[in-house]
Amino acid sequence: MRQVAVVGVGMTKFGVSEKDQLEMFSEAAMEAINESNLKPKDIQALCLGNAVGGLSEGQTVIASHAAAEIGLQGIPATRFEGACASGTMAVRDAFIWVASGYYDIVLAAGTERQTVSGTPFATRIMNTGAHHFYESPTGITFPGMFAMMAHMYSYKYGIPLQKLKEQMAMVAVKNHKMGALNPKAQFQKEITIEDVFNSIMIATPLQLYDCCPISDGAAAAIITSADVAKKLTDKPVYIAGVGQGCAGGLSTQRDYTRLIARESSAKQAYQMAGLTSQDIDVCELHDCFTIAEIVATEGLGFFDFGDGSAAVERGDTQIGGKVAINPSGGLKAKGHPVGATGVAQIYEIANQLRGNCGPRQVEGAKVGMTDTMGGPFASVGNIILKRGW
Amino acid sequence: MDYKLTFLKYRDTLKKNKLLGLKCNQCDAYTAPPRKVCRECGSEDMEIVTLSGKGEIQTFTVVYVPPEGFESPFVVAMAKLDEGPWVMGNIEGVDPKNITMDIIGRRVTVSYKELPSDKISGGERIALTFSFLD
Repeated sequence: MRQVAVVGVGMTKFGVSEKDQLEMFSEAAMEAINESNLKPKDIQALCLGNAVGGLSEGQTVIASHAAAEIGLQGIPATRFEGACASGTMAVRDAFIWVASGYYDIVLAAGTERQTVSGTPFATRIMNTGAHHFYESPTGITFPGMFAMMAHMYSYKYGIPLQKLKEQMAMVAVKNHKMGALNPKAQFQKEITIEDVFNSIMIATPLQLYDCCPISDGAAAAIITSADVAKKLTDKPVYIAGVGQGCAGGLSTQRDYTRLIARESSAKQAYQMAGLTSQDIDVCELHDCFTIAEIVATEGLGFFDFGDGSAAVERGDTQIGGKVAINPSGGLKAKGHPVGATGVAQIYEIANQLRGNCGPRQVEGAKVGMTDTMGGPFASVGNIILKRGW
Repeated sequence: MDYKLTFLKYRDTLKKNKLLGLKCNQCDAYTAPPRKVCRECGSEDMEIVTLSGKGEIQTFTVVYVPPEGFESPFVVAMAKLDEGPWVMGNIEGVDPKNITMDIIGRRVTVSYKELPSDKISGGERIALTFSFLD
């Protein structure tokens, strides 16, 4: 396989959008294409992450419609779907397609518009991520799945639930603090632990501020061979390693604190990169709920299993701590337009490595990592990026 | 090999209050909910068995913000059946507001409830229900 780089990235502001999935996609895509000093005609394939566009906006064959928005015809345009991991899957496949030598320039992107569905139907749509016969009819929600993770974490590690809830609230406070520094974040305001505890209950023990919002947004990245990248930019960001793993519904998994899909995916990415968790300076990971960030920091190897919650309290996950986690504000504050999230993580890491992040910059960051998890802990993708200059 | 225990057969039997699962002829492990191969060894060589319908709560949540078509609050839990498999269900016969972590480890018996279909459910729905034994 040959060396592959991210040349340019683009992203809409996340939040509530009047634009549809295709309009948002085209804004992010053209930003990435323009930043890469390319024209749409240079794009040889489109990999598009989109989770629920068929249900939320009644738009299927979305990758082809998206390609047409930016004047692409005749090239392969493919949708990737793994719920919240869809965008990372698109980037990973774009990487493999270029690394193999089959294509030189691929556009990887993600787009999603979920606010238009309203909370009850958006929640029903996300409920389809569980097994449709054996799990969804219980009314299980996405917050509910992670709520069951939180109770299991508290029980398994003997951490009193109230103590764990305080540590979870610290995740929300940290990520809102970062989001306040990100002009593309859905929530750009700081919150307190009291705000978390005073918010409404969503699914015990998760309260409103333990949860990421329902969001609209798009993101894009131009993936090329290193040879092409060197001609387009003096700051190519190399893709050092990728991973992807799956698991079935919650009934097929037993320990929601040790996720099969993530541990497999992260191992693949670290092995390909020849790196360990110790080498990661900055990580954008899947904090769809506060407990999810804690469990992810353990699964990616930053902290011992059962220590991730205490690590938050120690400040180990802040900028300047052991590893900077979610300097963009994460899904929690930046927002979580499901299919776009994984690509938006690439956007943040590429900008962190290039030193473009202003007040939320992780100084001297040389190696970064992304992590997204879709469905009932059922689909995980990881990408490791490093400076190519 | 034909799909041994289809959802349709599982559902119709569950409506007679019998919880079906699969027992592996190669490794003796039990698989539930049904699937094509044994969850332990991957063999297709399984037979349909009636499970005890008793188990122990492993984790849970009380859902306050429900999907369309559901009324909250309600309790969703994972139970480990005595034969080994884990299944998802709703804890019934309790006030959801009184549910705390003390229920982890409590013994339950399994039954079912029928739900109306919606446009994306792929037909009639059925959910397992759990009732405390002690």
